[in-house]
Amino acid sequence: MKRGSISVAVVLLFLGMMLAVQIRSARQMQQNVPMARAQELTARLKEVKEERDTLREEVQDLRKRLDQVSAGVKSADQALKDQLEKARLEAGLLPVTGPGVQVTLNDSPKELQPGEDPNLYILHEEDLLKVVNELRAGGAEAISVNGQRLLATSEIRCAGNTILVNTRKIAPPVVILATGDPDTLQSGLEIKGGIFEQLKFWGLVADVQKKESITIPAYSGTLTFNYSKPAK
Amino acid sequence: MWLPLLGLIIGVIIGLQAPSLPQAWAQYMSVAVLAAMDSVFGGIRAGMEKKFDDIIFITGFFSNVLLAAGLAYIGERIGVALYTAAIFAFGVRIFQNLAIIRRHILKK
Repeated sequence: MKRGSISVAVVLLFLGMMLAVQIRSARQMQQNVPMARAQELTARLKEVKEERDTLREEVQDLRKRLDQVSAGVKSADQALKDQLEKARLEAGLLPVTGPGVQVTLNDSPKELQPGEDPNLYILHEEDLLKVVNELRAGGAEAISVNGQRLLATSEIRCAGNTILVNTRKIAPPVVILATGDPDTLQSGLEIKGGIFEQLKFWGLVADVQKKESITIPAYSGTLTFNYSKPAK
Repeated sequence: MWLPLLGLIIGVIIGLQAPSLPQAWAQYMSVAVLAAMDSVFGGIRAGMEKKFDDIIFITGFFSNVLLAAGLAYIGERIGVALYTAAIFAFGVRIFQNLAIIRRHILKK
């Protein structure tokens, strides 16, 4: 019977082993998430991951577009600024510096003889206008008369015994600064039969000096447009 | 009489220490456990009837276990729930054996 009891013991050993393993795995199975649920969750996870990936791509795409747009804004901004700068320069709202000429005009130093008309020997606004016109013809880019920047709307006008430029009174000696090619400007003024000859005929003082660098101030007043609007 | 009990206890301890079974095998294992229990009860019954043969007992135990697990595996493969047949067959036999054992014990 000894052999029988050993064989029974061996069999029971196996039975006990199997039982224990089975009970453990059964308990584990209960703890684990049911298979269907696990599959569902896996599918959902995959879905969400895909969604996240697409969203991430979208974010990158949008960010790129934003960058492009802001870069576009920057360049457009820059272009506008450049244009504005140019317009202000053209309008005379910015001081300018560059090569040019300095023209000095003054009344005649001659002593008046009795019976002579003093009007013949003083500087008139006409003379100024002619000089300025000559300078412009010579390609002057910016002109100032006694510190008054000449704009497109500037007047040079006789008012009583003074001259008005930009509605400011100026008095001789008149210093005209003009930027441009100094040689052209000077020769335009000093040309034979030109404005300087006429001025000197009357004994007025007229002098032009080429300058390496002159600075012309900006227009200091305000610009108002009461009647004009940009036409569309 | 102590040896079989000792065997059972050692078996349980080994089972508790052993690495856990993969989930997929749990089903085969459950059928195998059932077959093993059937064999054990069959052995007890044989012992009661004075017909116990240790060779038959051991071979019966292992063949039943392997057959039950194999049946469950094949059933899984071919899509027929064969392990229910094994559960049913072994369950019925366990109850029959238990009934016979009970009667033997009561007759004594």
